[in-house]
Amino acid sequence: MTDFSVGERPIPEPDEASRPFFDATLRGELLLQHCGACGRWMWPAKVRCIECLADGLEWTPASGRATLYSYTLVHQLVHPGFKDEMPYNLALVDLEEGVRTHSSIVGVAADELRVGMPLSVVFVPASEHIAIPMFEPG
Amino acid sequence: MPFWSGSRGPVMMTAVGVRGSAAIVGLGITEMGKVYGKSATGFAADAIALALADAGLTKADVDGLLIHSNASTEMNPMLQMSLGFTDLTLINAMSAFGSTSGGMIHYAAAAIEAGQAEVVVLVYADAPLKPAGSAGASYARPRGATGMGGLYGTYGLFGANHGYAMAARRHMELFGTTSEQFGAIAVAQREWALMNDKAQMRTPLTLEEHQDSRWICEPLHLYDCCLVSNGAVAFVLTSPERARSLRQPPVYVLGVGQCAPGDSGRADRDPAIHTGATASGRQAMGTAGVTLADVDVLELYDCYTYTVLVTLEDYGFCGKGEGGAFVEDGKLRPGGSLPCNTGGGQLSSFYMWGFTPLSEAVLQARGTAGERQVPKHDVVLVSGNGGILNYHSTVVLSPCEPS
Repeated sequence: MTDFSVGERPIPEPDEASRPFFDATLRGELLLQHCGACGRWMWPAKVRCIECLADGLEWTPASGRATLYSYTLVHQLVHPGFKDEMPYNLALVDLEEGVRTHSSIVGVAADELRVGMPLSVVFVPASEHIAIPMFEPG
Repeated sequence: MPFWSGSRGPVMMTAVGVRGSAAIVGLGITEMGKVYGKSATGFAADAIALALADAGLTKADVDGLLIHSNASTEMNPMLQMSLGFTDLTLINAMSAFGSTSGGMIHYAAAAIEAGQAEVVVLVYADAPLKPAGSAGASYARPRGATGMGGLYGTYGLFGANHGYAMAARRHMELFGTTSEQFGAIAVAQREWALMNDKAQMRTPLTLEEHQDSRWICEPLHLYDCCLVSNGAVAFVLTSPERARSLRQPPVYVLGVGQCAPGDSGRADRDPAIHTGATASGRQAMGTAGVTLADVDVLELYDCYTYTVLVTLEDYGFCGKGEGGAFVEDGKLRPGGSLPCNTGGGQLSSFYMWGFTPLSEAVLQARGTAGERQVPKHDVVLVSGNGGILNYHSTVVLSPCEPS
């Protein structure tokens, strides 16, 4: 586990569509929408399957295993909540389930980031309602 | 016999064509950059007036108006009312992000060919720069914080720089591409900009200065990123028949292509490396009946240096992964073997999305680009790109009337 803190970063307010996802983060569980009709996994929340347009996507536990698609070190301060961690990393990670998503990589020095490195999900507490899924090496 | 002097290959009609069905006959470019005191609508009016005067037409001749939807809220169909156009038979505000320019040319040419409109004005205008604000903050905005979309803010994703930086980083790690190779693109374009009196950047740029410029998002330095500009560009298109009697040498639309891969969120695709340029370029060049060997001038969408590099690869000028080595010998510079972004592009002249490369393409095709004119300009290849490499358009222009 990581001792990373979201600090003053902005955090989301769950809405009806995302509540199952955020509730699961408090249990340390990564839920993704899964299409029972064609098997495609999705993240972030979609209204219908992006593969076959089927309705009735189910929130389903995912492995939490991923690889690093790419990353950047951001030197441009847009939101003041990042001012104490400049430059910060922003990444695209490929989940084992075939989903690519943005995230932050924690527990690693910037110069150790490598495209293709294996990653595992961690949940960083952010409020009494949500934890933020991020990824660490391994 | 080919209709121009190049080595034309077999004509492959791979796309529904607009080949030569319309010509660009008017071009208007306003003052560019830190020009204050005018709204997007004001700049649009200036550019349209310049473009009509350039063509030798008047407002009363216009029966089609296509508006480039961009970051400005003023660029919507109501612009017709603001500018007082009446009885139009073609009107739309169009958006496919930075690739919109090609789609607008495509729609205008098809409408002219179909008889839906005879004189069509295309306009891009924006005024994001404010006297007190930073250029970098003009388009980067914190996103809303509700639902899973709110996670983007927590991860620190604001604006387009981050996505292109990650694309460039992946290319570097997969193929060994270097920041100096990206720099070669920036340096070449600055050399072109020195010959363009509309360019915002009019001092020379060395590779060392590129390398020493501050990071925006690693691996992108400041000089890997485009400018932000207040201003407008407008075009006038009409039929080849009417074009022949107008003031300027017609620039014919030989081919148009579009491709939007829609890769976002699918880990089985590689959108940072393989873009829509491949399919879009094939369509446009196929319709035009030209091959890469025929291309005299390139005007490639350059929101970032990396966009130029990956577009060169996907159009097939070099192999996948070879873009860095391809550009580092300076072939894109003035006097090089593949003149590219000959007005300085969006990195060094001005940032009007796809209307920047398109406007320079018209000047080059006419042969009126002055000091920076490329001697042979029979085939000009133009690209548009947007949405972090997810939207692409291609236009092939020529001063030679199709046979």
